[in-house]
Amino acid sequence: MAHGAGGKSSRRLVEGLFAPLLYPDSAGPLTDAAQLSIEGTRIAVTTDSFVVKPLQFPGGSIGELAVNGTVNDLAVSGARAEVMTVTYILEAGLATEVLEAEVRAMASAAQRAGVQIVSGDTKVVEHGKADGMYITTTGIGSLIHGMKIDPGLIRPGDKVLVSGPIGDHGVTILLARGELDLEAELTSDTRSVLPLVEVLAEASGPGIRWMRDPTRGGVATSLNELARDCGLGIVIDEDAIPMHDAVRGACELLGLDPLHIANEGQFLAVIAPEYSDAAVNALNLLPGGEDARIIGTVCEHPAAAVLVMTSYGGSRIIDMLVGDPLPRIC
Amino acid sequence: MKFVDEFRERELVTRTAEEIRRLADPARHYRFMEVCGGHTHAIYRFGLKDLLPENIELIHGPGCPVCVLPMGRIDDGLAIAQQDGVIFAAFGDMMRVPGTTGSPLEHKARGMDVRIVYSPSDALKLARGNPDKHVMFFAIGFETTAPSTALTLMRARAQDVRNFSVFCNHVTIIPAIRAILDSPDMRLDAFIGPGHVSTVIGCRPYEWIVKEERKPIVISGFEPLDMLQSIVMLLRQLQSGEAKVENQYRRVVPWEGNRAALKAMAEVFQLRPYFEWRGLGFISQSALRMRDAFAKWDAEQRFEVPGVRVTDPKAAQCGEVLKGVLKPHQCKLFGHECTPEHPIGALMVSSEGSCAAYYNYEHRKTATATMLSQAV
Amino acid sequence: MNDENELAAPPGECHMCLAIPGRIIEISTDNPDSALVDVVSVRRRVDLGLLQDDRPQPGDWVLIHVGFAMSKISEEDANDQMQTLRMLGESEAALQEVKGYGLGDEDNGTSTSSQGEKTT
Repeated sequence: MAHGAGGKSSRRLVEGLFAPLLYPDSAGPLTDAAQLSIEGTRIAVTTDSFVVKPLQFPGGSIGELAVNGTVNDLAVSGARAEVMTVTYILEAGLATEVLEAEVRAMASAAQRAGVQIVSGDTKVVEHGKADGMYITTTGIGSLIHGMKIDPGLIRPGDKVLVSGPIGDHGVTILLARGELDLEAELTSDTRSVLPLVEVLAEASGPGIRWMRDPTRGGVATSLNELARDCGLGIVIDEDAIPMHDAVRGACELLGLDPLHIANEGQFLAVIAPEYSDAAVNALNLLPGGEDARIIGTVCEHPAAAVLVMTSYGGSRIIDMLVGDPLPRIC
Repeated sequence: MKFVDEFRERELVTRTAEEIRRLADPARHYRFMEVCGGHTHAIYRFGLKDLLPENIELIHGPGCPVCVLPMGRIDDGLAIAQQDGVIFAAFGDMMRVPGTTGSPLEHKARGMDVRIVYSPSDALKLARGNPDKHVMFFAIGFETTAPSTALTLMRARAQDVRNFSVFCNHVTIIPAIRAILDSPDMRLDAFIGPGHVSTVIGCRPYEWIVKEERKPIVISGFEPLDMLQSIVMLLRQLQSGEAKVENQYRRVVPWEGNRAALKAMAEVFQLRPYFEWRGLGFISQSALRMRDAFAKWDAEQRFEVPGVRVTDPKAAQCGEVLKGVLKPHQCKLFGHECTPEHPIGALMVSSEGSCAAYYNYEHRKTATATMLSQAV
Repeated sequence: MNDENELAAPPGECHMCLAIPGRIIEISTDNPDSALVDVVSVRRRVDLGLLQDDRPQPGDWVLIHVGFAMSKISEEDANDQMQTLRMLGESEAALQEVKGYGLGDEDNGTSTSSQGEKTT
């Protein structure tokens, strides 16, 4: 189970089993989307699957996650989603109204995100086997001009940026399960980040070194992947991380670390220092980008690790997720 | 966050740290033990060690209720839950603690019904909501938590909930402190006292420490300013040759403790003649079991419990780390065979375990530093 | 279907056994032992059963541990403490300031000891 959570075990599964067998010729680090050339035209392709319980929650539903998640995977790879395909695995006995609601939600999310759903498939499995519904998608996009994301160019001094408050999605899901006696005014942050990424490209395209959407495993996991891939240290200022009070409160109450909680409408970026101010300013001007912040810096030490600085110079190393604090999150 | 943020105020933290440097006698090496695992965790989380002068050493005490449980007790709890129709309910801290045949989480992956609860009353609620199952609550904790378990049991009895029982592993803090002081390996100057246990037992139970052992103790809160202020108070006592019980956590800890909580505990629990603590051996009158009036809710009386004594793997030095004789990284297995992903002992997985705290906060920094110094 | 509640926190991260402050919003009318408490804009039900001898009222702050209120938090004591802490630094700061006047103290290598104003 821990293998699907996005953290250490997932990575071992992908690197140890999938990668050597399925993509033996792939040289570089694993990324969210693959870029390829077909008859001279460069496109990006991504695939993703969505497993959420409950299917509907404040701020969205599995269908919206599926569309936005696919669009976002492409966006952080520097691509604009053009089309996507969808596969549904449905649990026998799922109410038709539920299915219809999800299909509508997907159609509407697709329209908002500017992507077309062009193909699909459906399978039904026995009752008890699919938590209602699982969705998988494939997204295809064109490359956004002006961005040349190249993690190989990351240097000490580069800035780490987050697009907005963290932890909303994961905590919303947790509370939506109704197993805890907690209430809060929180909604999932699921949305397409493409508009933000496009603005970022315009304001600071040549300076963007790396981007990722911190879904399963949260910000800590994505930054650890970055640190390991580039061998440098990522030093984060705890006080600079934007977070809604309710997320902070729920995490304190439940003993969770917000940095390990899934987000569905945010992205992280590493930007060369000469472009970072322009990047944040441009994002802050956009509706939905007001809370974008620089939260850290790439440093030489601690090599291949992520360090979180507290207000008084104390610090702690934060690892990828070990195990699975919140299953069936996204 | 009110009552939290103020006690983390950066400026004041710096000033208090300066006061500590001013007070600490450079000719002395101070050894202060923080008893409670929550304090150990706070020290690492807030990087407090970086703020203290070199000659103040913080020794981690055995105040982690999960860590001090011998593996055999975990096995016992799991054995009860193996039976058909039993739900194993416990706090999140328990889920990764290794038993001989795996942790509760691993057992869950193999089909056991394991649920995380945030309160003993959640477990009772679970029982009421699952009348065809039996809910066994694996109760752990010092005197901070025992009253809540007690109150829950009183309610279970009042409501005559038949499908609920508690596997009681509550332990008491004073015998543990006594065992530490009796241990020939320890040389301590003073204690940072457990703040939350004291909300229940008050400050009187510590008086023997200052009277018999002549060592100062300051009952401390858990925010950075609380702990730093407590260290200031300890240094002042040592400077003036005093030894007394002081309450730094006054905003929360009543000197006389919580009478209602103590009453609930007395009604439901009695002291076991002796109980085995990992690392400290058998200690008399150090743990709680349920009174006969509550036998129907006592998992040990309702179910067959193997009760096998399981010693830690030979190479593991959990006991010495628990006593504070060894620092976590000095255990031979630390960071190699024993990591949070595959723990050998509970100290590596419990939120209050010093090994887990050290691993998450210190170890990787040290490892990186070592790596870097070797590369040069 | 089984309720899979797998909230096993990452090791070293779970503060479940710790206690945190919360403010009483309202006490349940049909159960005086049950209160709705606000913890940084998250609300949860908390058991007041251990505070029967000194029942908190809406607006009071309590320390919460495993779903039970353990103690009332005294705002007065909290303020006193902050005051003490602030004074810590201030008396030291005052000391430093006076030292800086160079009135015959040992730090000043060329002190004219005839000036002799002793700093405390």
